[in-house]
Amino acid sequence: MGLFNFFSKEKKAKLDQGLEKTKTSLLSRIGKALAGRSTVDDDFLDELEEILVSSDVGINTTLKIIERIQDRVSRDKYLGEAELNTLLREEITALLPEPEAHLSQDFNLPEVKRPYVIMVVGVNGVGKTTTIGKMAYQYKQKGYKVVLGAADTFRAAAVDQLKIWGTRVGVPVIEKGMNADPAAVAFEAVKEAIDQNADVCIIDTAGRLHNKVNLMNELSKIKRVMQKLTDGVPHEVLLVLDASTGQNAFEQAKQFTAATEVNALALTKLDGTAKGGVVIGVSEQFKTPVRYIGVGEAMEDLQVFNKHEFIDSLFSN
Amino acid sequence: MFENLSARLEGAFKTLKGQGKITELNIAETVKEIRKALVEADVNYKIAKTFTDEVKAEALGQNVLTAVSPGQLMVKIVNDKLQELLGGSTSEINLNANPAIILIAGLQGSGKTTFSGKLSKFIKSKGRNVLLVAGDVYRPAAIDQLKVLGEQVGVEVYTEIENKNPVEIAQNAIKHAKSNGFNVVIVDTAGRLSVDEQMMTEIANVKKAVNPTEILFVVDSMTGQDAVNTAQAFNERLDFNGVVLTKLDGDTRGGAALSIKSVVNKPIKFVSMGEKMEALDVFHPDRMASRILGMGDIVSLVERAQEVFDQEEAERLQKKMSRNEFNFEDFLSQLQQIKKMGNIKDLMGMIPGVGKAIKDIDINDDAFKGIEAIIQSMTPEERRKPELMNGSRRKRIAIGSGQGVEEVNKLMKQFEEMRKMMKTMNKLQGAGRSMRGLPFRR
Ligand SMILES: Nc1nc2c(ncn2[C@@H]2O[C@H](COP(=O)(O)OP(=O)(O)OP(=O)(O)O)[C@@H](O)[C@H]2O)c(=O)[nH]1
Ligand SMILES: Nc1nc2c(ncn2[C@@H]2O[C@H](COP(=O)(O)OP(=O)(O)OP(=O)(O)O)[C@@H](O)[C@H]2O)c(=O)[nH]1
Ligand SMILES: [Mg+2]
Ligand SMILES: [Mg+2]
Repeated sequence: MGLFNFFSKEKKAKLDQGLEKTKTSLLSRIGKALAGRSTVDDDFLDELEEILVSSDVGINTTLKIIERIQDRVSRDKYLGEAELNTLLREEITALLPEPEAHLSQDFNLPEVKRPYVIMVVGVNGVGKTTTIGKMAYQYKQKGYKVVLGAADTFRAAAVDQLKIWGTRVGVPVIEKGMNADPAAVAFEAVKEAIDQNADVCIIDTAGRLHNKVNLMNELSKIKRVMQKLTDGVPHEVLLVLDASTGQNAFEQAKQFTAATEVNALALTKLDGTAKGGVVIGVSEQFKTPVRYIGVGEAMEDLQVFNKHEFIDSLFSN
Repeated sequence: MFENLSARLEGAFKTLKGQGKITELNIAETVKEIRKALVEADVNYKIAKTFTDEVKAEALGQNVLTAVSPGQLMVKIVNDKLQELLGGSTSEINLNANPAIILIAGLQGSGKTTFSGKLSKFIKSKGRNVLLVAGDVYRPAAIDQLKVLGEQVGVEVYTEIENKNPVEIAQNAIKHAKSNGFNVVIVDTAGRLSVDEQMMTEIANVKKAVNPTEILFVVDSMTGQDAVNTAQAFNERLDFNGVVLTKLDGDTRGGAALSIKSVVNKPIKFVSMGEKMEALDVFHPDRMASRILGMGDIVSLVERAQEVFDQEEAERLQKKMSRNEFNFEDFLSQLQQIKKMGNIKDLMGMIPGVGKAIKDIDINDDAFKGIEAIIQSMTPEERRKPELMNGSRRKRIAIGSGQGVEEVNKLMKQFEEMRKMMKTMNKLQGAGRSMRGLPFRR
């Protein structure tokens, strides 16, 4: 098989027809690439590479996946299409870490001292506040008592936005208005959640670019201040990533993890044309599982990320 | 923003160093590296391929004997190509109508509402009478958000709280504008996905109803490979006039800029570089290209500083800075102006070399309050002669200002850092203009 060359071949005609607008998921496109093939040859790998790269998987992760497949093929002497399907699925699955047991699963809370506290972080406009509204809805559906904390006191009308979500879902929002100290709001929200015997407390934070040292320090402070109230909070630090984001997601994950020890990812806006392939590499590199996917703007539009389904849908076409 | 890309390109060029001339053989590795770097920088992979193919063709066609070195030649070719791809020249916004109507469109969360606020401020500062229109009837608190921004920049915001029809709202707003002497109308709209047929039809209908003078497509600079799909889809429905790149204050490599420009062939008209209403800049392809190659965006910085700073005051300070006479009185009087320019750290970060140097220095905008209190607790003499600040004076000032001695010490340190930086900035600004296009143009 020899060395695989990055972009070594001219593109297949069908992939050359401009840039398709049709909504084809990363997953189904890999299925397409596989269809009708019976061998893993350079053509196949080129096509696979192209599909992965154009889904924002990134060059390094793409090459890693391809290498794994080449290894497996030379070892297993695989050939049939069905096996190739399985193999590809397995190799990508293997990159995605399992969710940790001490985190909430399918919106069922783990056995931790209540309230279970979730702090939501991410760069500007990725969908933090919306995801919080949707999570509040899910937890409430499960019968849990939910409290939200409006610790984005910076962006214009951020508190109002969360309050509207609170009303929509029917959960209280703890706020101190705009320009209040976000750490004080988070503290107050957790305190209220304790006092009200709430099961879940979700803290919204202002969007911030990860290269802004001061703002990242502020985030660490919000977390520290909460911890003055009770140990082990926040249980979940959820980093929200926008599916349309490219390779910058790595830097986001790195800096937010450094500042707040992110232990869960949410991938939003998957209802669009963007593939969100970058989470494969991000999740792998930081050993942080993807927990939720956002698939719309309504409160029901949040799903628990299931990597097997994710990979399955890759090949179902 | 493009630091990473330029670093990668430098890496790619290294493989060419020491080679006598460019051949198919010795260029192959470089071309591949450039392509990889571009894709890693989120340039669409197809565009990256076209780009590097052209670079390669040009490199091979050069008379290699006259080239100073193959590496330098490649840098020049890549630089020229980047500029070409990003668009030949500055493209200004069209306001030639009365009222001029600007329609803002883009994906969810890309920065449309923030940009609308910024643009209204920008146009207002040119002496126009601007009206903002809250055309997002979906997102929770979208109208409030625009109202807050309008208030911040002193621009009226047209809203219809009960009306859920953006076409009607836009039409009514224009009537309102005409009868109230507004000559520019900026219509903010809800974020929408290009595959959302209903929403795309809605905005197409807004366009049909109000016949905008200018339609701007707002896109997040962190966008990956999908940028081309989205830009193309919006362009097909709206045939927009220009692109706005947002969140450039981040560290994204920003390859989406290259992708979009080459796929829809519409100029990038503005860049948005922060959350504050001042953090807006017109787009300069030449500067962007040199920025890609790591030369920094000094000219932009200087211009922005000039817009905000009082010219005479700036000159007075300039002199003081260069003589290292900058004192606490100057500092205090400048805090306000600096605040107006946006985040100081972001501004400094635009200067090559300085970005790294100030990475770990804590310059917090909110810290200004405490700083002001401290300076106000100094005697006039102390303000003029920072070197007087010994231990006992610091203690007195700490008590007087209600800040800790620690804070006072921190300020003293920061002040020294700032003085140093200003000196650097001064030097760089001086060099800024002559640095453009170097070293390859000579
Ligand atoms: N289509 C779609 N839109 C989404 C999704 N999640 C969020 N949005 C939209 O994205 C935009 C930004 O969402 P927000 O929740 O305000 O984002 P944020 O991260 O809180 O933003 P900041 O607080 O300003 O940083 C809004 O228009 C949301 O409706 C999703 O899964 N799909
Ligand atoms: N750092 C930074 N943040 C920005 C910039 N432009 C916008 N933002 C932030 O990005 C987030 C989203 O901006 P909005 O203006 O609400 O975006 P939008 O496109 O109107 O969002 P929707 O209406 O929900 O589709 C907010 O947190 C803004 O403050 C920028 O240039 N730099
Ligand atoms: Mg928010
Ligand atoms: Mg908006």
